Amino acid sequence: MTLLFAAAESTRLVRLSGIDLVIIAFYFVLVLAIGFYLKRFAKTGEDFFLAGREMTAWVAGLAFVSANLGSLELLGWAGSAYQYGILAVHWYWIGAIPAMIFLGLVMMPFYYISKTHSVPGYLQLRYGSAASGLSAVTFAIMTILMSGVNMYAMAVVMKVVLGWNLNFSIWVSSLTVGIYVAAGGLFSAIFNEVLQFFLIWFGALLIPILGLYETGGWHGMVARIQQNFPGQDYTHAWTGLGHFQSNPMGIHWTGIVFGLGAVQAMGYWTTDFLVVQRVLSSKDIRSAKMAPIIGSFFKMAVPIIVILPGLLGLAVLPMHLVPASEVHAGQYSYNEVLPLMLARYCGPGLLGLGITALVAGFMAGMAGNVSAFATVWTYDIYRPFLRRRAADSHYVSMGRWCTIIGLFISIGTAYLAMGFASIMDYVQALFGFFIAPLFGTVLLGMMWKRVTKAAGFWGLLCGTLASVTIFTLMKIDHRWVGVFALSPDAKGLAQDMYQALWSCVTCLVITVLVTMVTKPRPDEELRGLVYSLTEVAQEEHTTVFHRPLLWGIVALLVLVGLQIIFW
Amino acid sequence: MSEKSQIIPVWFFVGVLFLVYGMLILGSGLAEWSHPADTVLSNLHAPVWWGGLLILLGGVYCYSFRPSKYR
Repeated sequence: MTLLFAAAESTRLVRLSGIDLVIIAFYFVLVLAIGFYLKRFAKTGEDFFLAGREMTAWVAGLAFVSANLGSLELLGWAGSAYQYGILAVHWYWIGAIPAMIFLGLVMMPFYYISKTHSVPGYLQLRYGSAASGLSAVTFAIMTILMSGVNMYAMAVVMKVVLGWNLNFSIWVSSLTVGIYVAAGGLFSAIFNEVLQFFLIWFGALLIPILGLYETGGWHGMVARIQQNFPGQDYTHAWTGLGHFQSNPMGIHWTGIVFGLGAVQAMGYWTTDFLVVQRVLSSKDIRSAKMAPIIGSFFKMAVPIIVILPGLLGLAVLPMHLVPASEVHAGQYSYNEVLPLMLARYCGPGLLGLGITALVAGFMAGMAGNVSAFATVWTYDIYRPFLRRRAADSHYVSMGRWCTIIGLFISIGTAYLAMGFASIMDYVQALFGFFIAPLFGTVLLGMMWKRVTKAAGFWGLLCGTLASVTIFTLMKIDHRWVGVFALSPDAKGLAQDMYQALWSCVTCLVITVLVTMVTKPRPDEELRGLVYSLTEVAQEEHTTVFHRPLLWGIVALLVLVGLQIIFW
Repeated sequence: MSEKSQIIPVWFFVGVLFLVYGMLILGSGLAEWSHPADTVLSNLHAPVWWGGLLILLGGVYCYSFRPSKYR
């Protein structure tokens, strides 16, 4: 993310026409109108924080994917695709699909049946206040920090691409998000996320369509890449992963499969409340199970609008992009590949649509952050620790105020990030500290009834501390990279994967050890919270085509097919 | 019927967005037909057919999920 800051020094990439500005303005008007329209329906806590649990599987599934589809994600991964080639696709396929299916088929029933408002809320029921409080406080702080840091990074992108003033971008877009989320709560956030999902697709889809037309299809694109970058393999997903040195990412397949697929992605997609909250809004348990599986199909397709433009950039752009730290006058950084491709193919009107898609992506991510923050603060910090018994309307009011206050703290963080550019990478890493051990804690809690309250807390704490320690050691002395990431050649992303793996392993080991020496909770207290004591509806009365299991298997088969095609 | 069952479906708003954007983009594509923007493949007149597609999709969504069906 630091790369985006350096990019601010380059000149603007595109100039918008009047029609483009009308398109952008209409988007802002529409999202605000939706927020005010939905305000009348967000009366109770259930309405405001969980959208009344009235969402269909499709709406919840699209919002689930959209909350993660921020514009930094679009720009950053398109840039990564230019830099590393198709290896970047692993963060969409191995790094999302199995986790989404696992969430839908295995974990969602417990979240849903327990009627919790949040992931820390589940920890409260399963492990008590200590583990829940630790998780809630870290999540609230990190969410709001990330929100601000992303806000600033997006403003930098708008400055680079359009020449917009940083303050203008930060205030206009974040206040818009604050108004519509404070008005309609999760209802509003989800409605706008669905809207943004379509906007992002139709704003960005023309790039791969026209790019493939220009190159003469996939094979033409591969031929051009080989011509432009002889001797480098940018178009095979697995063949270079046998050794750390044989691929541009400096990663081994074990890091992808175990670090990314089994721990980090599992942790993010199944325990990060920002995304799980969308699925909790489903109207019934079948919808809650189907929503992540529906989302998995769309997630599998996202590389078409993110990774493919990066690869097409390698094939058709006349200049070679460089790391942002090495940008000189007249050069462009990797992160600018998507705006460059947009400017290459899109004239007035289409350019406005593409830029609106980027703005929408930013706002979707931000709405996700502030709505999740408001819920966790109100239900997992304010209610249990500060004001235990109050009317439902009081908590709704707190949620609304919290949205606005969280937003202002985010804006403050954005300005803080301006002064400390390098802090952004650390904040992002910090966010990762809590996800991998949290996955271990939640998973063991759901699958093993013997796990005790103390074990949950100490496992989570030690896993988090292990993650922080590994990160710090690898930063201060490179020799530790060879120890924790298994090779001194492991680069940043590879280090993250092994850091996640070891922190989760630490969490699991400590949880098991503490469980062995502490007293388990009686079975009656754990009904509806753990696998062996919960009866999960099996959709016997629905047709086979409406069963989540069938579609989960189909999604996995498609995933396997994609791996074979792009091996 | 509960109040929430009367919420206009999100798909209607998706339709409105597509319809308005489709008209704006198609209009700009037609306006620049004889002297298209200085972009690669501008001879394909992408704004015209992309705008048309958005109008089509927007129209279908607006009609299928029109508010009068949910009152």
